[in-house]
Amino acid sequence: MPDGAAPVLDVRGLKTVFRTRSGEVHAVNHVSFSLQKGELLGVVGESGSGKSVTMMSLVGLLPQPPAEVRGGQVLLDGRDLLKISLPELQDIRGARVGFVFQDPMTSLNPVFKVGDQIMEPLLRHMGLTKAQARTRAIELLELVGIPDAAARMSSYPHQFSGGMRQRVMIAIALACDPDVLIADEPTTALDVTIQAQILELVKELRQKLGMAIVWITHDLGVIAGIADRVMVMYGGQVVEQGRVAEVFKHPAHPYTRALLKTVPALHGARADRLMAIEGQPPILMAEPSSCPFAARCAHVHDRCRVENPQRRDLNPGHDVACHWEAPHA
Amino acid sequence: MLTFTLRRLLLAIPTLLAISLVIFLLVDLAPGSPMSEIPLTVPPDVRQRMIEAMGADQPVFVRYVLWLRQFFWVEPAQVINHWFGTDFAAGEQRILSWQSRSPVFTVIGQRLPQTLTVIGTAYLVGILIALPIGIYSAYRQYSVFDQLGTLFAMIGFSVPTFFSGTLFIIIFAVWLGWFPTKYDTMMEVTDWESFLKQLRQMALPVLTLGLANAATISRYMRSSMLENMVQDYVRTARAKGMREKTVVLKHVLRNSLIPVVTVIALGIPSIFGGAIITENLFGVNGIGAALILAIHASDLPMVQTLAFIFAVLIVVFNLIADILYGLLDPRIRYD
Repeated sequence: MPDGAAPVLDVRGLKTVFRTRSGEVHAVNHVSFSLQKGELLGVVGESGSGKSVTMMSLVGLLPQPPAEVRGGQVLLDGRDLLKISLPELQDIRGARVGFVFQDPMTSLNPVFKVGDQIMEPLLRHMGLTKAQARTRAIELLELVGIPDAAARMSSYPHQFSGGMRQRVMIAIALACDPDVLIADEPTTALDVTIQAQILELVKELRQKLGMAIVWITHDLGVIAGIADRVMVMYGGQVVEQGRVAEVFKHPAHPYTRALLKTVPALHGARADRLMAIEGQPPILMAEPSSCPFAARCAHVHDRCRVENPQRRDLNPGHDVACHWEAPHA
Repeated sequence: MLTFTLRRLLLAIPTLLAISLVIFLLVDLAPGSPMSEIPLTVPPDVRQRMIEAMGADQPVFVRYVLWLRQFFWVEPAQVINHWFGTDFAAGEQRILSWQSRSPVFTVIGQRLPQTLTVIGTAYLVGILIALPIGIYSAYRQYSVFDQLGTLFAMIGFSVPTFFSGTLFIIIFAVWLGWFPTKYDTMMEVTDWESFLKQLRQMALPVLTLGLANAATISRYMRSSMLENMVQDYVRTARAKGMREKTVVLKHVLRNSLIPVVTVIALGIPSIFGGAIITENLFGVNGIGAALILAIHASDLPMVQTLAFIFAVLIVVFNLIADILYGLLDPRIRYD
């Protein structure tokens, strides 16, 4: 995207399919985006829109088979992660790219002590001694706000609450000072007050450590609160992308507009009913030749059914994949 | 954990007493007379005196209480005497086999080492074969290796040991002549040469039983690995950049071993029970063969004592399995 300096992460034309018994599912179709140093990119879309699959494809975390990353480039500091060998990729995972997953209750190994699980990437990537790794792990636990960190090192995951476990996951992801942190719906499984705490923590850590963050969510409120830019995904492709303020003020894609309307308003007149987008997201058994949103779109016209729209720039840094000319854009 | 163990050990006492009573009564109900193996030329009054001398004419409850006293007091005292040269329970009646008129525990002492060496080795070999097969089959599910592993397990499950054992004897002992057909119980290992000979005569029974054991355990290992391989924490381990070896052999294996170790521990009493068919096939004079002989001769003290020892082992290894479960899985704490 046109934003001056070279991005840390530059994804071009990423394509991922799942091979199933009933045929191929085209989960991610020619997704391109980039991430500047220290930037927080929010990725929204409903379940099945390809958000998580896109991010997992970047470092080969999808089980292959059935998944297959079939095309594109994933440039981390100019090096294509899709071209390098598995051992090289393993050197990057956890060291340069950290992951936080959705469900903190199952993401930690139940039979190992929390401290050991944090020390593992430190020993693996940083070449520290056990004692050094231990000191660093305690620092990390303190950093993510776990009280009495030294004592909690020898606790097992089941002795932590969900919010605390997610803090531990964040500590693991940040252990080796990664350039990019990918947070895959990290607050979805947590209750609202804990969600707010985790959001605050990430904001704070981002200021302290300065890594770039990809934050996957289906909660637009979260995006509004923390993201610099937002990328809206639908049917395995990017339908709109731009600075948060701009996209929220002038949404150009009918899907983005519909998404924004589904958010209940706290102020002003009470709406009669909460808006819902009718219909289901498509399961793509072939590469879409029409707009994937056509079936549910309020502004659909003939061209949408025969031609999948390409992304086009509206303003610098704001693009949309839609044939329809939104009134405000 | 200690409280749990003690509580379970205390609970085991009434359990075992109940089991012993049931065994005693059931075995007593069985038809047959301890005189059935005595030649018919022995006159009836002599037979009657023999039965009286063995106490076989006493009511079952008298025999039960006397047996309890012998099992829990006289026999342990004998063991202590043997170890420390003490003189407890001197002159007390031990549990005698009706068949051989020698103490039951002497017979067990002679037979058990044979069983433990052969069947125990077979169990160990089975585990050592099964774990790698199970792990790799799960890691490469549906691969050629996995298919072969499944085939192997299916054969191990479905082919009875009397068939596979006979087959091995024909192939390896008769045709190829690599191993002896019979197990020589009297052989003593004194030097390197006799040790090698012992290994050779153990090979076929160990192979027969080991394959059967490996079939079961490899299936447990495989399914447990498969179950854990798709867990979220495995993805976390990969996301941390851990090598596949670490991911599989540390993160997945450690979790998968929990149920498998339990299964292995619960299977250990069956070693002591002996594998009756295999022992008979290869002529291993083990505990299984002793039990069969005793049943044929209506040697009630022998049958009751052996059955009760198996019951004790099963209770003890159940407890051990539970304790291992608690040690391996930090989520389970018994206190």
